[in-house]
Amino acid sequence: MKLFRCFRYGLLALCLLLLASCGSASAPGGDPASVTLKVFNWGDYIDPDVTDLFTQETGIEVIYTMFEANEDMYTSIKASGGVSHDVVIPSDYMIRKMINEDMLRKINLENIPNYDLIDDRFKDLDFDPQNEYSVPYMWGTVGIAYNTTMVDGPIDSWTALWDERYRKNIFMMDSVRDSLGVTLKMLGYSMNTKNEAELQEAYEKLVAQKPLVLAYTGDEVKDKMIAGEAALAVVYAGDAITISDENPDIAYVIPREGSNMWVDSMCILKTAQNPEAAEAFINFMCSTPIAQRNWEYINYSSPQTEVIAQMPEEFQNNPARNPSAEELARCEVFEDLSQTTQYYEDLWTRLIGA
Amino acid sequence: MSRRLRLTAVPYALYALIFIVAPLLLILYYSLTTGQGTALSLDNFRRFFDPSDTVYLRVLWRSLWIAGVSTVVCFVLGYPMAYILSRMKERTRHVVSFLFILPMWMNFLLRTYAWMTLLERTGVINTVLKSLGLPPLELMYTAGAVVLGNVYNFLPFMILPIYTSLTKIDQNLIEASEDLGAGRAITFFRVVFPLSFPGIMSGFTMTFMPAVTTFIISKLLGGGQNALIGDLIEKQFKVAGDWGFGSAMSVILMVLILLSMNALSRYEKENAGGGLM
Repeated sequence: MKLFRCFRYGLLALCLLLLASCGSASAPGGDPASVTLKVFNWGDYIDPDVTDLFTQETGIEVIYTMFEANEDMYTSIKASGGVSHDVVIPSDYMIRKMINEDMLRKINLENIPNYDLIDDRFKDLDFDPQNEYSVPYMWGTVGIAYNTTMVDGPIDSWTALWDERYRKNIFMMDSVRDSLGVTLKMLGYSMNTKNEAELQEAYEKLVAQKPLVLAYTGDEVKDKMIAGEAALAVVYAGDAITISDENPDIAYVIPREGSNMWVDSMCILKTAQNPEAAEAFINFMCSTPIAQRNWEYINYSSPQTEVIAQMPEEFQNNPARNPSAEELARCEVFEDLSQTTQYYEDLWTRLIGA
Repeated sequence: MSRRLRLTAVPYALYALIFIVAPLLLILYYSLTTGQGTALSLDNFRRFFDPSDTVYLRVLWRSLWIAGVSTVVCFVLGYPMAYILSRMKERTRHVVSFLFILPMWMNFLLRTYAWMTLLERTGVINTVLKSLGLPPLELMYTAGAVVLGNVYNFLPFMILPIYTSLTKIDQNLIEASEDLGAGRAITFFRVVFPLSFPGIMSGFTMTFMPAVTTFIISKLLGGGQNALIGDLIEKQFKVAGDWGFGSAMSVILMVLILLSMNALSRYEKENAGGGLM
């Protein structure tokens, strides 16, 4: 099966290569003296000045490209044979998958002295237990953003999303892992379950919930919640911060049944042409001034201890920005589902296609 | 002459080979693979048409239905507009047809987002209704909103071909019909309408095709709760990573469109004789 995958991607790569060779004839050849580093990151996920600062400091030129979802990134790397990127910033479960498929290179932490500044809460996580392949960049949780003027009483449980009082006043995520995940949590199961009976039960819950849901949304949920389109929305903590900055009526809660904690980490591809430059870049990103800059720009939570320590006090106690240890203890990190992915996807198709 | 003509066709033939034929063959190939072993099989197609599990067929049916309704609405709105346009003085005609094309200079996605801010609960329409003391309307996240998005985005594709075929009609034919005693209504139904048939046919295909394959309109205006076939195909490639099944769905959709185009053009040949398509 693996071999066959290779063949499929190979075929695609061949086609792309054919196309690329049409264009590259006119392009000037790369200057061997200047070192370039190809960074592949989420859209809008870095302070735009940071790559220039890195070039100024090290003389290494950065070619920066963006992706929209872990799966896009994965497909794009597979299709190019990995030659188009050196540093990538995937999320937890995708890092596990890429480690399993031997796509990542071990990072030499001796070249990354700033790794010491990363909070221990984000080390030794299951997706990379020995911290060999990844250095945390940003992290956060999934929870409920709710408009305090539109709900009766406090929200503290996922069951609020099944509350008849909020009929057509709920935004769910258009994402199988997140939407099934919170349902599994509500039922007391793991978000990483491979048990089909548990998944079936969660699916039936989602079917029952569908008439109450206003829409299954992506990024646009931020604008909708700011405008006050609905009372409740399942969101990433970072988005909750953006929403509540614009609309002070919005509160964020990590429900008591627990939730998902995610970590986006910097990794080096096995095929990276310039691992030293890649390590220098990762070290640079972990330095306090740069981590601070990125944190201020992106508005998600930083795993860098000095950035956390310098946060204003009201941020320290904000569950969206800095969940308590007790809240985090209830959270799970996504694991790679491998073969069960298909089962999750099928349930989702059935839900939105019904 | 013919040789020189053949030479000038080479760039396009090459283009078509690389960007149209090769990808189509790839899609066809992928649709026969399942990711398990190298053997080719029809499993993806079996999965789609599985009689015990009709979720995919229902989604396909919904897509055809919504696209069909959108196309008919486009036609009902578009034909009179194209007719009026073709009766205008040359100069006004140019200005008005320019106005039709103008919104298409804006990005398609932006236009769809604009509709969101109009239709939302806190949007323009409901704010106006509220200020007039009227009850608010639930406009967003409905099948109606998806149809509206389709109509708005694809209406020019209906108007322009019809308009073109109407302006091509020989004025003498209309005069002849009137000389022979036909009233305006009879002239329209017996002469003008049949002669504009090729335009109607290409209008139908040009609105129906993008409407049946759309995924972003149903996602943004439909709220993702009533997935269309385009949504499912997108998911197979971007999230599920099942290129085989995604390709199979694309092939099924393409075959359906080809069949319907074929039927349309045959119908057209029988009725109007030699059209533009």
